[in-house]
Amino acid sequence: MTASLIELNDVTRRYDEGPPALREVSLSVAAGEAVAILGPSGSGKSTMLNLVAGLDRPSTGTVTVDGVRVDKLGEAASARYRRARIGLVFQFFNLLDDLTVADNVMLPAQLAGMGRGTAQRRATELLGRLGVDRHASAYPGRLSGGERQRVAVARALMNRPALLLADEPTGALDTASGEDVMRLLTELHADGQTIVLVTHDLVLAETCATRTVQLRDGRVAADTAMERVR
Amino acid sequence: MAARSEARTAMSVLARVVRAGVGRRRVQTIVVGLVVMIAVTSAVLGGSLMVASQGPFDRAFSQQQGAHLTARFDAVAVTEAQLAGSANAAGVAASAGPFPSAELNLTGPKGNPVPPVNVVARADAGGTVDRISIVEGRWVTGPGEIVLATGGRLQLPPDVSGQRWTVTAARGARSVTAAGTGGSASQTADAWTAPAQLTAWTAPDGPRTYQMLYRFTAADTAEQVQAGQTAVAATVPAGALASAVSWLDVRREATGETILLVPFLIAFGVLGVVMAVLIIGNVIAGAVSTATRRIGILKALGFTPAQVVRAYVGQALIPATVGAVLGAVAGNLLTVPILAQTNRIYGTSDSGVELWVDAVVVGGALVMVAVTALAASARAGRLRSVDALAVGRTPRPGRGQWAARLTSRLPISRPLTLGLAHPFARPVRAVSIVAAIAFGAASVTFAVGLGTSLNRVQEVEDIADVQVGMPREFGMGGPPPGPREPEQFDDPAAIEKVIAAQAGTSGYMGVARGEITAVGIAAALDVVAVTGPDSARYYQMVSGTWLTGPGQIVVSTPFLTAAGKQVGDSVVLNDSGVDITVKIVGEVFNTDSDGMQVVTDIATLRAAEPELAPSTYYVTVRSGTDAGAYAKALTTALDPAGAVADPLNHEPDEMIIIINALTGLLSLMLMVVAGLGVLNTVVLETRERVHDLGVHKALGMTPRQTTAMVIASVVVNGLAGGVVGTAVGVLLQRTVITEMASSVGFRLPDSVLDVYSPVELLFFGLAGLVIAVVGALLPAGWAAKTRVAVALRTE
Repeated sequence: MTASLIELNDVTRRYDEGPPALREVSLSVAAGEAVAILGPSGSGKSTMLNLVAGLDRPSTGTVTVDGVRVDKLGEAASARYRRARIGLVFQFFNLLDDLTVADNVMLPAQLAGMGRGTAQRRATELLGRLGVDRHASAYPGRLSGGERQRVAVARALMNRPALLLADEPTGALDTASGEDVMRLLTELHADGQTIVLVTHDLVLAETCATRTVQLRDGRVAADTAMERVR
Repeated sequence: MAARSEARTAMSVLARVVRAGVGRRRVQTIVVGLVVMIAVTSAVLGGSLMVASQGPFDRAFSQQQGAHLTARFDAVAVTEAQLAGSANAAGVAASAGPFPSAELNLTGPKGNPVPPVNVVARADAGGTVDRISIVEGRWVTGPGEIVLATGGRLQLPPDVSGQRWTVTAARGARSVTAAGTGGSASQTADAWTAPAQLTAWTAPDGPRTYQMLYRFTAADTAEQVQAGQTAVAATVPAGALASAVSWLDVRREATGETILLVPFLIAFGVLGVVMAVLIIGNVIAGAVSTATRRIGILKALGFTPAQVVRAYVGQALIPATVGAVLGAVAGNLLTVPILAQTNRIYGTSDSGVELWVDAVVVGGALVMVAVTALAASARAGRLRSVDALAVGRTPRPGRGQWAARLTSRLPISRPLTLGLAHPFARPVRAVSIVAAIAFGAASVTFAVGLGTSLNRVQEVEDIADVQVGMPREFGMGGPPPGPREPEQFDDPAAIEKVIAAQAGTSGYMGVARGEITAVGIAAALDVVAVTGPDSARYYQMVSGTWLTGPGQIVVSTPFLTAAGKQVGDSVVLNDSGVDITVKIVGEVFNTDSDGMQVVTDIATLRAAEPELAPSTYYVTVRSGTDAGAYAKALTTALDPAGAVADPLNHEPDEMIIIINALTGLLSLMLMVVAGLGVLNTVVLETRERVHDLGVHKALGMTPRQTTAMVIASVVVNGLAGGVVGTAVGVLLQRTVITEMASSVGFRLPDSVLDVYSPVELLFFGLAGLVIAVVGALLPAGWAAKTRVAVALRTE
């Protein structure tokens, strides 16, 4: 049996007075899986992603990723955890517009203390692999949406993370760019990258994921292994 | 009707927006309030100093109904009734007296003797002429007490009240308590006591002199005062009038003493006011310009440009008004002790801040806030909504690219290089921070430099530690004392030998004083004839060289200006009817006699006065030598020659106390304000960049790295502001000091101008960095604590 990379046990996340965003969710994701978290707006998808990424803490329950109790981490430890184990891809790319593409990609490695030369070599390799190396010196504002998301993926992979988390990675893209990113994620998974993506795009889920988890009102409504559509 | 209702609704919405702006942007609201408060405090203080320094002698003289003529009468030759009758002399508008008076020797609380003082017996400090203003303590209530005069020959330290002084060479009670200190603009006495006390001291013969004080109907010229004196003298027996002093002479001397102080204090006042204006402008403009995005939202919702302007002017005025009122209160409280000090120096009796100063400062500050907010918000209000919404987000790509490339190569951590490059991506914002820091650094540099320069001016006058002269005995019999002419030494060579041999002597100079005339200058001139090997050290040269022998003089700038001469020229002096041609070899910094004093070698004047000998020796003791003990020992050694040595008072001068207090106060206030300016801008910027900060943190930036990045983002600004501010401060100090001295006719020696050491300059430059870092600490902490999920949601 493959060891769990992610382990959520009875996780509840409550904000202020309202109903919990997540209610007693338990979930296990094995290394090498590509899991799509599906559900309508307000179902708790992004909350779950934030908890796994260490961007937020559960009100109750435990979150363990790659053997690390993420729910116990302080701010600094959580930052170190993210840069060592997690790659994050956002719907709106979240590239820093005042840095060049190369500088954006190198940033997580440099924050981890990697020298500029080494980081530059790794970034060039990643940008070449993702087909955006010609834009290395450009600023993100000059790139198309698809290209920006490729850069964002390159940045997420910079520190060779155990887990790639993608939050609506095609949500801000046109159809062609969206398909481009889907292909990219599929290729990454084929290379052994564990991926958890949050989406309400069924096509994306069917294309990239080997398993879907349906959330509704903060609970897991369905957890289905699936045949990937090629 | 509908239009009116619409207007009411608009006003209500506007008020709500203003309230929300004030309430939600708490840091900005507090910063604006604090900055205005400190600026107003500084301006009230500065303005009051400027007012207090306007014609201080004339104001003090007018406030006190000063005496146009201070006359001393021989008690043996005139009766009190005759003196009372002199009040009816032609031209006398008011009079006070007769007051019994006597010259007495006093010894201070530490046992140090002071030169003989003129003690006048007065039952009260008021009256129609010479209303003495009590500076400290109270007036005498009976025997055993004395009130010492400020601003005269007695250099009094603060807190004199309650000290025990001793009257020597007098009969009766020898110990006396200082009830307080008082100022007489007319300088009618060195000390006052109760009539019964003076009677006791002068028993059994009684006081030998009476003082009468007169105000004349016309006393603007020396001739008018002389006419009054003649009329008074005619009412008393011939020879009864022993001496008389015109208020014009007192005025000349008093103005000379404060000749450099007045422009110094005015400069401090101007500094306070100007810095207030600049700082308010910078902070308000920064606060409004960083709200451009919010303005864009308001416009997108339907606010007109005029409504936007009204909203932001209102938003700035609310905290500013609170700050201005608190600042005025603080300014008034701080000004009271400062005015007490200027009263000590000037002899004025200013009791508090003039109401109009408060009104002008508070009104001016609010107008300044309104105008700056109006200009900044009008600019934002005119922007198209879409542009306004775009302002304040991530800077335009490519801006400051060179800096980003350059810093990214530095061998330091990435958060630091990101921070260091940041100001170049937002040049306008960076300039605002640099300006705030530069204002602070320039002010501190200027204030410290100004204070140090003034301290140096004092040091120039305080070079000698001990004074040697012939003792003056004032027995109870004999004639009343006349004008104080120091007695010449019979055997100056013997005196010099003793001084040179005395352990602890570092250097000395013998001085003979007299009066001469010079061709080309109408009035008589004071001349100081020096002798001794070390005379050069007692004067600071502005240009040229010190005396190397007879036939040479050194003078100060007013003399050169009045005579139309320059260093190297010759001038003909006349001493006792003998013409002496001398060469001007140097220009010295010497404010004595309003700068119209001639300094020469004693041998120069011996052409006219062959018997001329020094009457005073000034001695400088070696470092670490106690001047009091030295003077005592020297007096013993000089006993065979009949001379006495007195330590010169080097107690901190009131003027220095004021300047040092002001320097400290203004520096502190301006540094706080500069720090607040940085805080204001960095807080706003951190808020704007919260999303980017969230991204950084999502990518693994730790709180410490975030703090380092935010602080590094102000390092370049801090250093630039520090360097620019220090340079501007030094330039200001040199320009202002030179101009101030020039306004009263003097040029200053390098020692007064070059007051900054390299270490100090480095310190001032780094102070900019400290201001920046301290100002950025709080927002850096917030940035570090920002939760990533929240930051990433912030769009």
